[in-house]
Amino acid sequence: MAQQATEIESKIRGYILENLLFSDNAADLANDASLLEQGVIDSTGVLEIVMFLEGEFGLSIRASEMLPENFDTVDNMVRFVLRLQGTQ
Amino acid sequence: MSQRATRLLHDALLASADFPERAHKPAVVTEGIVHTYGELLDSAQRLASALADRGVVRGDRVALYMDNTWPCVVSIYAVLMAGAVILPVNPQTKSAKLDFILEDSGARVLITDGHIAHEFLPLLDRRQAALTVICSGELPDTQGIECFDEVIRNAPLRPPCAGTIPLDLAALIYTSGSTGQPKGVMQTHQSMVFAVGSLVEYLRLGSDDCLLCVLPLSFDYGLYQLLMATHLGATLVLERSFTFPAKVFARMREFGVTVFPGVPTIFSMLLSMHRREPLRFEQVTRMTNTAAALADATTVQLREIFPHALIYKMYGLTECKRVSYLEPELLDAKPGSVGKAIPGTEVLLLTTDGQPVPAGETGILHVRGPHVMLGYWNRPDLSARMLRPGRLPGERVLCTQDYFRMDDEGYLYFVGRSDDIIKSRGEKVSPVEVENAMLALDGIREVAVAGVPDELLGQAVRAYVVLQPGYAMSGGQIRAKCMALMENFMVPQQIVLCTDLPRTANGKVDKRALLETATVELERS
Repeated sequence: MAQQATEIESKIRGYILENLLFSDNAADLANDASLLEQGVIDSTGVLEIVMFLEGEFGLSIRASEMLPENFDTVDNMVRFVLRLQGTQ
Repeated sequence: MSQRATRLLHDALLASADFPERAHKPAVVTEGIVHTYGELLDSAQRLASALADRGVVRGDRVALYMDNTWPCVVSIYAVLMAGAVILPVNPQTKSAKLDFILEDSGARVLITDGHIAHEFLPLLDRRQAALTVICSGELPDTQGIECFDEVIRNAPLRPPCAGTIPLDLAALIYTSGSTGQPKGVMQTHQSMVFAVGSLVEYLRLGSDDCLLCVLPLSFDYGLYQLLMATHLGATLVLERSFTFPAKVFARMREFGVTVFPGVPTIFSMLLSMHRREPLRFEQVTRMTNTAAALADATTVQLREIFPHALIYKMYGLTECKRVSYLEPELLDAKPGSVGKAIPGTEVLLLTTDGQPVPAGETGILHVRGPHVMLGYWNRPDLSARMLRPGRLPGERVLCTQDYFRMDDEGYLYFVGRSDDIIKSRGEKVSPVEVENAMLALDGIREVAVAGVPDELLGQAVRAYVVLQPGYAMSGGQIRAKCMALMENFMVPQQIVLCTDLPRTANGKVDKRALLETATVELERS
């Protein structure tokens, strides 16, 4: 069953703040900010996020889905997770 | 029609004007947009004129602190046409290091991107008139910064007339060293033109090839993809990074990429994606690896992804661009080898006192050829350590400081480094540079940095940290602070909090003892 968007969002935010930004200040992460432009993720960072989303939400993510429209912002990730939950 | 000689690095681009069919040929694809040779020549000549009008003269250094973008490509050729020296700086570089590089090189012009303004703006006040700043993308709201597109639009189209000769410097490339501060490797037009020719020869490249570049143009491995493509009249598909692999794969298919240059971290990522969903690139005919060793098991699996590719294992250092390559047909016959000297050069294995080493024994790799650097900018002391008198009067041979062994057929095998430089994601990380940056943080009393084996990164950066009394910080908090001070690849992946660091008899931190402490509590993200 699909989880609520707010719950997904808070899990993703929590993961990025703790593991990529090393911050406990929620204001450091805007949901619509490009993680690439901000230097938060680089090449290996996306793989880490992919593995987190798979583990946390029980998804299977394909290589062809590792695109900015799915991963570059918190908002994009939430939409992506919701879409996969609807189809998988 | 008489043929133009290729003496200078940008001669290949100027020559493209002599081939009418080339004017419309794609030179560079960035963000999926095709830019032709005609466009590149026009934009580069205009920017070269603009640089000259802003006082840039032969030999001046122009810093290119930019992402892999079209403006960066144009700038590289414009700077060369203006007779100046390209000074590529990784766009991940933070203020303090950028400040050092600008100061050390005496750069006259900074060409940069708006999205990294927060790093370069604080450095401009002190420099004011001494530094011209041209910025692409979104322009920061600061006086005196010129817009890249406008500069080109308003510049006249004039052929270059800087008077450059092949002995002049073409590039100053900063690289990390065991001394802490990065140092600028000086390369002349002559040596770079030579290196480009040698590389395209053994890689068997031609004008029909389409080269991919996901590595930063600030890294010589990335820069040479552009130089080789232009030299051949081939096409370069330039990506900002390998962050979103699916995007890169789509571009590879759309533009028919035939050459895939990577470093082991990229190949590990490819394999981990291949296990999720099989990848196959039929059109790729050459795949190259350098910067760190590619495991033989990895090579075997990569053949599933690139079934028609010749696989090249190579070895090199910025100080001579590239040292060796293994003929792809010998991949199975010579496991673990990085081959022989690149065409037109030779290598020697010597003892520390300069005596030849017999076959099978370990020696220090020395390199002889026109590709060897002129030295380090402003650092005769360090230059003398790396460049030794050669066979002929005045000649200099590069002492790589790396240990190698050679089999009885002359094939090279990497044994180890004689310094403590860490290779992570194919990038050189200087432990001293990381330690110095971390010591500047409030609350850190002592720090020792070392490399540890890591499947994805080759080596991970580990920092052993002793906090000041009364301070409490987690590994994560320390990493967050590091991210503001250094490039991502330098930020320690592992922080080990210690109460004390072991010392050797002469008082230096005993890194070997630290690494052997098996019971350490690792805080890993």
